Parts: sequence; structure tokens; C-alpha cells
Amino acid sequence: MATEKKKVTEVLKDKFPEKVKDVSFPLGDETIVIEADALLEICRFLMKDPFALTMLLDLTCVDYIGEEMRFEMVYHLFSITNNNRLRIKIRLPEKDPAIASLTPLWKNANWLEREVYDMFGIHFTGHPYLKRLFMYDGFEGHPLRKDYPLRKRQPMIPMRRKE
Amino acid sequence: MTYRIQQEARKESLMVNMGPSHPAMHGTIRIMLELDGERVLNAELEVGYLHRGFEKICEHKTYFNLLPYTDRLNYVSPLINNLGYVMTLEKLLGIEAPERAQYIRVIMSELSRVSDHLTALAAMTMECGAFTVFLYMIQAREEIWNVIEQTTGARMTTSFIRIGGVRADLHPNMDPLLDKAIDSTRKLMKDCHGLLDKNKIWINRTRNVAVISKEDAINYGFTGPCLRATGVYYDVRKAHPYCVYDQLEFEVPLGDNGDNYDRYIVRMREIEQSLRIIEQARKKIPRSTSPSQLMAEGIEPAEAIKASRDKKVEAKIQLSPNLEGSEKEVYPDILSERKQYIVPPKEDTYTNIEGLINHFKFFMKGHGIRPPKGDVYFSVEGGSGEVGYYIVSDGTDKPYRLHLRGPCFHIVAALEEMILGHYIADIIPTFGSMNMIGGELDR
Amino acid sequence: MAGGWITTKLNYVIGWGRKFSLFHYPFITACCGMEYMSGACAHWDFDRFGCGLTTFSPRQADLIMVVGTISQKEAPVLKTIYDQMCEPKWVLAVGACTLSGGIYDNYAVVQGIDNIIPVDVYVPGCPPRPETFLDAIVKLQQKIQNQDQEWRLKRRK
Repeated sequence: MATEKKKVTEVLKDKFPEKVKDVSFPLGDETIVIEADALLEICRFLMKDPFALTMLLDLTCVDYIGEEMRFEMVYHLFSITNNNRLRIKIRLPEKDPAIASLTPLWKNANWLEREVYDMFGIHFTGHPYLKRLFMYDGFEGHPLRKDYPLRKRQPMIPMRRKE
Repeated sequence: MTYRIQQEARKESLMVNMGPSHPAMHGTIRIMLELDGERVLNAELEVGYLHRGFEKICEHKTYFNLLPYTDRLNYVSPLINNLGYVMTLEKLLGIEAPERAQYIRVIMSELSRVSDHLTALAAMTMECGAFTVFLYMIQAREEIWNVIEQTTGARMTTSFIRIGGVRADLHPNMDPLLDKAIDSTRKLMKDCHGLLDKNKIWINRTRNVAVISKEDAINYGFTGPCLRATGVYYDVRKAHPYCVYDQLEFEVPLGDNGDNYDRYIVRMREIEQSLRIIEQARKKIPRSTSPSQLMAEGIEPAEAIKASRDKKVEAKIQLSPNLEGSEKEVYPDILSERKQYIVPPKEDTYTNIEGLINHFKFFMKGHGIRPPKGDVYFSVEGGSGEVGYYIVSDGTDKPYRLHLRGPCFHIVAALEEMILGHYIADIIPTFGSMNMIGGELDR
Repeated sequence: MAGGWITTKLNYVIGWGRKFSLFHYPFITACCGMEYMSGACAHWDFDRFGCGLTTFSPRQADLIMVVGTISQKEAPVLKTIYDQMCEPKWVLAVGACTLSGGIYDNYAVVQGIDNIIPVDVYVPGCPPRPETFLDAIVKLQQKIQNQDQEWRLKRRK
């Protein structure tokens, strides 16, 4: 199992040397950090055999406010045949964060990316229908960013009394 | 702003809204349909009507404080969400619960899973018209909730599974109630199998409706019963075993087609398998080293506090009935020994200074559980699929980012495609078989 | 004198009729819905109290039970449904989230539905046990019995 694990990351490092920036195994989870423009290419490569990472488990974002590359996209891929997971991390800048959309490869990326756009404001190029998922039209701001206050409410209809 | 369905609509078709408040929408979800007579030509879903800001509010609460929020995610099987969160945190901290606690976790988890499947099937069949099945299954669920209530104190949102173990030991009189629950569930399931499995109306309504293929299901990120109904063998309890699942024998039922009937029958069979797991866990659970004796002899708390001023209190102390099952003698069975991550026993807190300091350091903001910096992902098998938690910690006592991988998010994303070409009446069993839970979908 | 006795008795009879024949609209969103299901089924039965008929048409409902968290996105929907109900109507706010936002004090949740619609009976709990639910229905029935039934034809300006 240990040699199997090293293979994915080793092969990736050999094939895309300038795109893979870092490889680590925190607590047993394989993690790689790559450049933003290599995402689609690497994912297409990983979907094929022998890695067969055919399921996109999760797609989320972390906001490191104060750092220059503020947003970090985190993707979890999973292979049912090999029964292993891979975590891909990508850093995006604060101004106009944008990244390629994974909708050509996985169908659930549609809603996952809409959620990240809604909560963080990251633009996904190539997404067929980038509209807010959880919040309503007319909501200003992106709630999960660290500079959005927790209790700032934007009611849709007037409230009967002051809270 | 116009919706996609309005932009793509044809001139002569009818647009119908199955709005957020609807008898068959479990919770609140909005389906916009473009119809030709009764056939669905196009569909669009709007979610977010139960968005409660779970992820944002968790960034402002300490790790221990946010346990009740995890209960309310998948509210029909709250103990499983609890378990997922706690095991993620335990992976980050590097601690393990004692063996008896792990068996208790498995028993509670499986009881929750049975109640999840019962609720999902009850709602699905009621909406198709089989009202008797609904009443039978809710009756079975009541018996199970009685068992859960006896040990944990609450029927639904329990916050029972804690970091390092569980909150309290199993109730000493649990056996007769658990026997009654298992027997009555089996009997009611036999009746429900008899009412529905070979029923011509049921088969006509659910066979070959909303079929999804294996490749599509994997592409959509399906997990859990909906994926197993297409024939893919993936269960987190078998693939990445956690707690003591690798020592228990159970089967994983699979379906053939991926239609509504398969999803229904996979859930019915999983209920039986969960009952098997509970029976095995009951037999294999290690005996408690000192069983809970709350009502036994012991000195009153006020006396003990007074006596502790002179010297250390060695005698047993009688606690309030709320703390039944979590007395000091029971602690080695139910919680790990790493003192900085568990709530100290009440006898210690009130009678000696080390206990008081432990209590203070655990609960005060700024102290408490401070995991090392880093991120972690862990998943457990929930009622609808793989419940995953992704926690990013920055070394303080509050999580920097907590993300839930909700299984029904991915399953409901496929609904738009699954109902194309079918009738409106087919949406009801399809949506019911997906077991959409609003708390998990919208977080 | 006789006229006063007759109108009082008529008030009483109309109140008696209204309280024992409630058509309720369960506006279910979240976890409290599970306790509503338990309350409506065979073990604790709402039907014994006359409150058995579940209707999903606001035009035909007397009582709206708001069960579960109301988010900001859901608020206009609730207001629309409340406005569509015909007089006389009553509102039952079930669960901590409808009373005051519950444990969710953030950007997404309405802090109490009495910010949107007037409420008659508040049912605390997270979630409330079915017995609390039944107690609330009994209290609502007492309220309905004792209120002025407004059966006189009034010229509304």
C-alpha cells in the first residue's frame, strides 16, 4: 500500500514537474499543491487508468485573509477501484480570483462550484450557469469570507419590529 | 434575474412551480418544471431555503461548543453526524476512544441509521399513497427512539458522542427495551415487505423510473444506498473501517438497475443488516469495569464539598440523576485518558483542585482543545452516503474552517437530469427515494 | 338582556365549533418536522384533539404550524402563505428557531418569526417533545374558545 501511495504523487511530479509545487502526507492523506492553470490537465490525467480517480468527492475553499494569495481551493478526488483519496490544493490571488471549471469532467462540479462562487466569490471560467446557489438574488457580498461579519443580515421583506 | 429554465423554455409548454412549501418536498426545495401535458421536458432546482450558515457559525465557536450544530445537519440520524465530526477531530488530535466506547458508538450509530432509513421509506411510501406503511414505520421508529432516549436523554438531537468517547455508559436496564425495539422493528418490516415488495401498483410506480447508470452515478459523486442501488460496491464501513466495524459481520446489499425500486429495496435490506450489527455488538461489547451505580450508597455532594476542604475525598459521591452513566468509576470505559481533551468527572471538579483546573482549562474560551495546525478529512457512512468533514485548524481553540461533505448534495444535483422525460407523478417517488435532508443539503 | 345572553352563547358555540375542527397547514422546514411526524402518527395523535386534517392549501387552512428554522430566503414564502389564508387564522410557532432564531444567530436566519407574522402560541424546545406540541394545541384551543369570534357583519371601510 505504501508503494502504491507514493506512485501517484511520484508520477505526477515526473509528468508535470513545473506545475506540481509540493507533495505531502499529513496524517496519511496524500496532498499535492499545484498551479492554477494545470488543474484541468492534471485531473484529466488522473481520471484515466491506472489511477482511476473517477469521483470528485468534494470541492471547497479556504480564506486566508491577510496573505497575498488569499484563497486556497481544495479538491478531494477518490478512486473506487483503488480505494484511495487524493487532495489537490491550489492558491488563488485576492484580486479577481478565477480558476477553470471542472464541469466538463464531473457533473457534480456544477453545483459545488456554484456554492463556492456564492460563498467566496471565486469565478469559474467555463461554467455553464454560474448563479448563486444558497443565497438569494439581491444578497450583497460573499458570506463565508472572513471579512463578512457573522450577524450582518440583509432581510428580503421588511421586519415587523426591530430585533 | 431569469432562471435557466425560463431562458430555455419553448413557447407552447407549461411552466409549473413545485414550490418551497409542498407536501412532498421533504423540507423546502423548489422544483421548476417545464411540462408538455404531464411529461417533464426540463427541470431546474432551487435550493438554499434552509441555509442556516452552519459553516460560518462554526468558525466562531470552540470545538466542543459546536457539537450541537452537527446534530442538526442530518436530523434523522444525528448520532452519525456527531460521530463523523468527533472522529475527524480525533484523527487530527491523534487520540482513540476506549473499546467499550467504540462499541457504544457503533450501537448508537446503527440505531440512528435504522431510524434514518425508516423515516426515508415512510415518507416515500406515504407520498405514493401507502399510508399504512408510513404508520407502521413511524411506530418502529418510536421504539428505537425510546432506546436512544433511555441512554442519551434525548430522542433526536442528542450530542451524545463526545471527543475521546461517549458522554455516558449504556443504561443498565437497556436490554429489555432494546429487545422490544429489535423485535417490533423486525415484525413491522416483515409486514411492510409483504405490503409493498410484490405489490403491482408499487412496482409499476417505481420500476424503471429514474434509472441512473453506474458511470453516471460515480460521475455525479453518489455514495451510499443510491450508489449501491446501481450495483457499485462501496460502503465506507467496509472500505475504510472505523470504530469496530472490521470485527463485525454484515453484508452490503446491492441493486441491479439504479431505479427507484432498487433504492427502496436496498434501504429495506440495510435495515435488517443494521439490526444484525446491533445484535453482534451487544454480544461482543466488553463488560464495563465498574457498572454505573447512581442510586447506590454514597455521600451527598454538599457534604463531599465540605469534607474536601480538609482532605481528599475517597468515598463515593452521589450525583444528580442527570449525570447518570457518567460517574467517575465509569470514565475509563467511556472516555479516553488524555485529560486535556475530555470533560473531567464532576466528582473531581468539585472536590479537588486538579479537577477544577482541568474543568476551567477545558471550557474557557482561549483554552480548551487546541489541535495542532493542519487540515484533515475523515468520512463515515451516513444514512444517505459518505458524510465527510474537512477541518482546517490554525492552532487556536476555534476551527479556522469546517466544511461538511453532505452526501445528499450530490444526489439531489442529479435530480434535474433524472426526471427528464417522466411524468410529474414520477417525481414523487424519485425524490423520496433520494432521502433528501434539508439540513445536510443546505447546511 | 336576552339579546346579550344569546350573543354570548352564540359566541361560545362558534368558538366551540372552531376549536375542535382545526384544519392545519404544517409549514415544515427542518428538524422539528420529525417531532411533528411523531405527533401526527399513531402514538401521540393530533386527531384526538380535532386537529387531524392536514391540508396543503392555505385557502382551506385555519391554523399554520411553522415548524423548523425560517431562513431569510424562506421569509417571503412564509409571508405569502400567511397572507393567502382566510380569516379567522391562527399561527403556532414550533421550536426554538421560530421563536428567536434558536442557536443560529447569523446572517441567514430570521430571528423569530414574529418579525414577519403575528404568532398566537409559542412552543419552546429543540425539538419540542410531542407532548409539548399537544399541550400547545390545547392552549390554542382555550384561546380560540375565549376570544371574540367576530361573527357580526362589519362594514369595513
